[in-house]
Amino acid sequence: MTYIDNISVRAGEFILADVSFEIQRGKCIALMGKSGSGKTTLMEAICGLREVMSGSIKIGDVDCTNAAPKDRMVGLVPQDNVLFSTMSVREHLAYGPLLRKWKRADIDARVEEVADELGIKDLLDRQPRGLSGGEAKRVAIGRAIAAKPALLCLDESFTGLDEETLQEVMTVVKATIQREEISTLLITHQISEAKLLGDVIYQIKESGRVEKLILD
Amino acid sequence: MNNSNRNKHHIEGKGGLFGAWLGTSLFVYLALIVLLIVADVWYVLAACWDSPDGVTVMLDWPNLWDSVKLTFLSCTISAILSVIIAVPIGYLLSRYRFFGRSVIDAMLDIPVVLPPLVIGLSLLILFNNFPPKILGWGAESLDGYLSDFGMRVTNTKLAVILAQFTVAAAFAIRTVKATFDQIDPRSEQVAMTIGASRGRAFFDVVMPQSYRGIVAAGTLAWARALGEFGPILVFAGATKGKTEVLSTSVYLEINTGNINGAVIISLLMIALAMITILTVRYCTERGAGYDLHR
Repeated sequence: MTYIDNISVRAGEFILADVSFEIQRGKCIALMGKSGSGKTTLMEAICGLREVMSGSIKIGDVDCTNAAPKDRMVGLVPQDNVLFSTMSVREHLAYGPLLRKWKRADIDARVEEVADELGIKDLLDRQPRGLSGGEAKRVAIGRAIAAKPALLCLDESFTGLDEETLQEVMTVVKATIQREEISTLLITHQISEAKLLGDVIYQIKESGRVEKLILD
Repeated sequence: MNNSNRNKHHIEGKGGLFGAWLGTSLFVYLALIVLLIVADVWYVLAACWDSPDGVTVMLDWPNLWDSVKLTFLSCTISAILSVIIAVPIGYLLSRYRFFGRSVIDAMLDIPVVLPPLVIGLSLLILFNNFPPKILGWGAESLDGYLSDFGMRVTNTKLAVILAQFTVAAAFAIRTVKATFDQIDPRSEQVAMTIGASRGRAFFDVVMPQSYRGIVAAGTLAWARALGEFGPILVFAGATKGKTEVLSTSVYLEINTGNINGAVIISLLMIALAMITILTVRYCTERGAGYDLHR
């Protein structure tokens, strides 16, 4: 389980106040809001890339309010993937488990497993240069989930994909996070993405409060 | 790297008046550089024509060989030291915001904007007239303290390296910082979220992506050190066989009226610079697929 309990985060002059929600194992929370509403700020705080003013964060039942990003067991997929230009696809998938000091044989098996789930087995020896948008997105997701994080953070990760690729990638991602039972936080401003992937949808209001969105 | 990527910034087709402006600018400046070299070569050839066995007596060749060796050694050490100091400083300035950052940033440009002679003079004063004696205690200078350990900097090979490094490092820092600025900071953030410490993210993700920029910084530092003259003359002197590097050799030959010798050394410096820069570029191209994880 992931618990976000009454956290407040400052982003310049703007303050996101008293944000609370929880994500059950294997479930996805979609967080919506207008551009500049603080969605990414909140996600950065959850990942440990930004300090919180108050409140607490528990990821995988471990309190990590003040923990360094590396100690939070999260996986982050930024909007434009940010693949490492000097690593092959295989090295991208192996990087997380390598950092978590997995055994070599376990890393190799996990790379094959993730590549199989995301349909990128044929790309394992390719460099990021030249990958299509959909392929690069799958690699970024694979890199984030390879070390079996307790929380997967998708920061407007599907923006910029054409409709066909978007459907294809989201279907694969949904199947993967359900199979691996990863708690997921999806940040988006597209209601269609939120409906497709999210089990619950929250919205950041202009006041800086987060409210559950009730859909028809 | 495949051709399509290599040529992704290329524009095909004729440029018209705009293209003529670009081409003319290149031609004018390139012509100046080529003419400088051609004039030097022509001068030496004419001298050799007038006196066929003159080349052998135009220069003190054993002494010149010592100068070449010291030049190559000191430039290489200065360039390596410059890169070692430029990488952390460049990363610090590129990624962190802290109190006094803009002042520090400006201070790091001092060796770039100051006349080289002033840097040499300042080094000379630093090592020979500083720090002052306090209540009669202490040596007269930094070199005075160092002499207690059997060391001395002024007028030694160390002074040559320090004079070169002081200026070359400033250029290396600028180049390395520009390289880090071009790398998305989120690449480190992604690495950190999946388990890397800040340092590990730097060495695993940033350094391999900055490889070319760092090599470029080293090359620039080496070339800058090769051309350094003022600080070396003032701080290290130009003692034959001891602190003489090629730039000071040119000065010494001119001073003794041996213009032919000075021009030959100048051509040697041009050749040395070209060989080094082309070698580094060739190695960098070959290393395009360089990867720390392999």
